[in-house]
Amino acid sequence: MSMVSARDLVIDFPIYGANSRSLKNTVLRAATGGTIAAAAGDRMVVRALDRLNFEWREGERIGLVGHNGSGKTTLLRTVAGIYEPGAGELEVRGRIASMLSITLGLDAEATGYENIFLRGTILGLRRAQILERVDEIVDFSELGDYIHLPMRTYSTGMTMRLMFAISTSVHADIILMDEWLSVGDAQFAEKAQGRLMGLIDKAKLLVIASHSQDVIRDTCTRVIHLAHGKIVEGS
Amino acid sequence: MRRKSNLGLAFADLAAGLAFTHMWAVLGWQDVKQRYRRSTLGPFWLTISTGILVGIMGPLYGRLFGQDFNAYFAFLTTGFVVWQMIAQTVNDACTTFVTAESYIKQVKLPLSIHVLRVVWKNIIYFLHNMLVVVVVLVYLQVPVNANLLLFPLGLLVFAFNAFLYGMILGVICARFRDIPLIVQNIVQAAFFLTPIMWRPSMLGRHEWTVDLNPLYHFIEIMRAPLLGVSPNPLSWPLVGAMTLAGCALALAMLSRYRARVPYWV
Repeated sequence: MSMVSARDLVIDFPIYGANSRSLKNTVLRAATGGTIAAAAGDRMVVRALDRLNFEWREGERIGLVGHNGSGKTTLLRTVAGIYEPGAGELEVRGRIASMLSITLGLDAEATGYENIFLRGTILGLRRAQILERVDEIVDFSELGDYIHLPMRTYSTGMTMRLMFAISTSVHADIILMDEWLSVGDAQFAEKAQGRLMGLIDKAKLLVIASHSQDVIRDTCTRVIHLAHGKIVEGS
Repeated sequence: MRRKSNLGLAFADLAAGLAFTHMWAVLGWQDVKQRYRRSTLGPFWLTISTGILVGIMGPLYGRLFGQDFNAYFAFLTTGFVVWQMIAQTVNDACTTFVTAESYIKQVKLPLSIHVLRVVWKNIIYFLHNMLVVVVVLVYLQVPVNANLLLFPLGLLVFAFNAFLYGMILGVICARFRDIPLIVQNIVQAAFFLTPIMWRPSMLGRHEWTVDLNPLYHFIEIMRAPLLGVSPNPLSWPLVGAMTLAGCALALAMLSRYRARVPYWV
């Protein structure tokens, strides 16, 4: 069954506050970035995704590759429903878990425990659902008594461990990831890897943007190569 | 697949906003907590500063305007506390979506959530400030009567309008970044132009001009019940009309520009 399908999908970003023609012509039309078209009037538009057609089915593991600014993240956000297509159509079936930013909503002054509830709320969980998961999350993050201290006292690694544990505690049909999540020291990273793989195995579709050829080769069943907002290989 | 109309999507956004009550309730509280984290008194610092302000302004302006101390003090305190909520809500509404940029760009959430979060936060602040009102009204022995029953309704109607007009302002301000600065100036001027420090009757034969001020009517539906009097007879009908207009405008705004906001912030 098709989970995500696009027909002539177009995403245009309006650029405000950059009316200078010279800026438009020189800086933005670099090797990176999308195609810039002058829209009606003086408004400038960056075409981030240019008439994409694809159909991703259940069971697929999609790898998005391409240079910076080729449209990988924009495509992930579009599939997540954040950007609605300017033209064309996009159809998405299933519950989405977006791992685009696992630290969103973090309050450094709050304790790790409080942050589990904050972060869980943003993931769409209700208090009761968070309560069901909280012990498991605390266990997995291996923070011990630190969980009751403000997160500003945590090291970066500790913060990421907790945030990872929270974000990976929710199952979904479609998982969107911007680069493979890798957290903690070697030993923890291995444990995290296992947890993430478990989550992915249960999901029906994975879409991951990555610059790492290893990740793409090891995880993905299909590779889509983006350049200047267009699909150049794969479909 | 059947595609929903823009109006349908706007309604869906509103419905989801209400269904996600737990989310904006938590985030609104979080905003309050974050601002006062690590202070002993927390948001009650706001109560204290409001208390000091009306404590100074009450006697001073009462004397300047030659007013009866008790009546003027009660009038100023209630009006000022209500005004603070209105002014802060309007200013916050302008930056709703710009502030929520990281949320808007990382997770798919209904836009209403961000507006409700701002409204809720300001109501929490208001309830802290209400402590000053209660203390002053009890101290001055302002009579409690049936009019007070209309206060919760006034607050609720205000909150609903704050949501409607907050949505409108938020969307406009996400696109045009000069608007928040303009609004800030208007709000500042409105404080002096709206009967908060002075009574409409002090204008003499120009008293009718205050009826043209929409902010006055919103203050009136909350201030009059607290003072135990009935509001200006025009206030409820005009607030009702503004509520209806707000509904239409907010819906129009949401159906037309809902999908554009993530591109703008």
